[in-house]
Amino acid sequence: MDLSSINPILLLASLMVAATPILIAALGELVAERAGVLNLGVEGMMITGAICGFAVAVETGSPLLGFLAAAVGGALLSSLFALLTQFALANQVASGLALTLFGLGLSSLMGQGYVGVKPPPTAKLDIPLLGDIPVLGPILFAHDLMVYVGLALVLAVWAFLKYSRGGLILRAVGENHEAAHALGYKVVRVRVMAILFGGACAGLGGAYISLVRVPQWTEGMTAGAGWIALALVVFASWKAGRVLLGAYLFGGVTVLQLNLQAAGVDIPVEYLSMSPYLITILVLVIMSADRARAPASLGRIFHASG
Amino acid sequence: MKLTNLLTGAALALGLATSAGAQDKTKVGFIYVGPIGDGGWTYEHDKGRLAVEQHFGDAVETVYQESVPEGADAERAITQMALQGADLIFTTSFGYMEPTLSVAGKFPDVKFEHATGYKTAPNMSVYSARFYEGRAVQGHIAGKMTKSNVIGYIASFPIPEVIRGINSAYIHAKRVNPDVEFKIIWAYTWFDPAKEADAATALIEQGADVILQHTDSTAPQAAAEKAGGVITFGQASDMGEYAPLPRVSSIIDNWAPYYIARTQAVMDGTWESVNTWDGIAPGMVEIGEISDAVPADVKSEALAMKDAIASGDYHPFTGPLKKQDGSDWLADGEAADDATLAGMNFYVEGLEGDIPQ
Repeated sequence: MDLSSINPILLLASLMVAATPILIAALGELVAERAGVLNLGVEGMMITGAICGFAVAVETGSPLLGFLAAAVGGALLSSLFALLTQFALANQVASGLALTLFGLGLSSLMGQGYVGVKPPPTAKLDIPLLGDIPVLGPILFAHDLMVYVGLALVLAVWAFLKYSRGGLILRAVGENHEAAHALGYKVVRVRVMAILFGGACAGLGGAYISLVRVPQWTEGMTAGAGWIALALVVFASWKAGRVLLGAYLFGGVTVLQLNLQAAGVDIPVEYLSMSPYLITILVLVIMSADRARAPASLGRIFHASG
Repeated sequence: MKLTNLLTGAALALGLATSAGAQDKTKVGFIYVGPIGDGGWTYEHDKGRLAVEQHFGDAVETVYQESVPEGADAERAITQMALQGADLIFTTSFGYMEPTLSVAGKFPDVKFEHATGYKTAPNMSVYSARFYEGRAVQGHIAGKMTKSNVIGYIASFPIPEVIRGINSAYIHAKRVNPDVEFKIIWAYTWFDPAKEADAATALIEQGADVILQHTDSTAPQAAAEKAGGVITFGQASDMGEYAPLPRVSSIIDNWAPYYIARTQAVMDGTWESVNTWDGIAPGMVEIGEISDAVPADVKSEALAMKDAIASGDYHPFTGPLKKQDGSDWLADGEAADDATLAGMNFYVEGLEGDIPQ
């Protein structure tokens, strides 16, 4: 065992990179679910975002445009879900699963020409002064833009849901769509916007994997990250702050366990491998011991005549 | 996979009308553990499938299903393929062994071929390649090239095939560089690009300047390229898009001749359950071009070793070798027998850590 070979600064920096895709995707799903929409298509939207972002970044040479395209791609795919569930009144669980399957297939079709291609590097924000602070500098201030976008998004989603009028309406729609409708709020419009936001976020998260974390395009490369984001929303009791905690915990333990393995720590590998899931669930379940519960209209179909 | 599922459903719904027309064709099925675009393991199996199609033309029809999880769901996928009328089914990952055996019992008229396992049945063959021969060449290059003397190894699952690879690479790295140290990460996946990249990054951050992988995607190559100053080897496929650096060489699995031969055997009615384990000599294992990043003398030594293995003059597991616990394994000049290799569940002397049980 040689723990000294683990560099805590690099470890913490890697943690933020590993956590960012699921963080962003989970935030999008959080907003959708708070509006009462259960979209199980996160995985499909993530992988679609991953290839949209990758393709555009490669073609234009600009990672920024890539991320933009990823958000658009994810939102476009989610509009299909919105169409099915909000207008055709299809079952949300089935539509979400179908969206995942469709996204996986669509992305591998779109990605045919991009296997083995290298994306333009996403620049790290070397913030002058701040980035030079010993220890804290490399951990906090030497990342690419998307890491900060993820953090800003946590703050924005939290503030929007808690303090803004729009957030209140969105939550009202998620808690009791009939009452919200009776008050004159456009339930379907609110939900469609929430779904599109969720799709855009999932797309961004996916593109972060293909453009920064790996970086390359491979079919099926999200490999279940969307499902983890989905689970995270539930275990975080639909609260933005806890999603952040959960994502960082999950990303952190994932990276830490790989490092512990490489350092030859004397803990059976099986336990190390399951530790990210176990620890994240444990912490969030204990935290949600307060009376947090799902939005009351989650997953229920709304029709104005009803 | 999804599209195939839908099509399967449609085909079943249409009933026997479609299958009756295809009756005279030999139908060959493939079960893949990852997507065909993984750039590694599954990609090469699919190249084998395409070679079968090209070789036989209209006489065969091939079907495949991608990203089939190892375990219970595999049995459903294999059963479905057998029900679709496949005459010969290749199941191309270790974890399909029990499901294949179980389905083979239910469909005595269908021939099954399972890759990298050790169980057979009257209608189930097993085939694998001696990847450890390629690993020996990699280990030699790795031991010569490393400057930090730390070699990172991304392992998948603790099965004999993976353990053989680690041992073979270690023995040959250690032989040319006594100071070399292996850091091993068990990823517990065959295919998860993000996790593979994280594992490579963790190894690099801990000082590794050579990354060997036994997972299927090219993600570790991309991670090594991003880090810089690290060399890698293509796994299962050439991964030549990462040459000349970080990828300096590769092990390529060439399944095409075997798949063609077995399909032919089914057509001729001469198919028998066999246990095939081929290496560099018959061409099932190929060594990808050694790039110019490798010094000329190291390259020629590596090629000499490859030739010696191919001609049978050299066996990568030749004594004196001890097991990790210090007990004797092979005496001086003694070569390992296939039975021991097939069930290898121990590290050789010098490797640190325990194999997960």
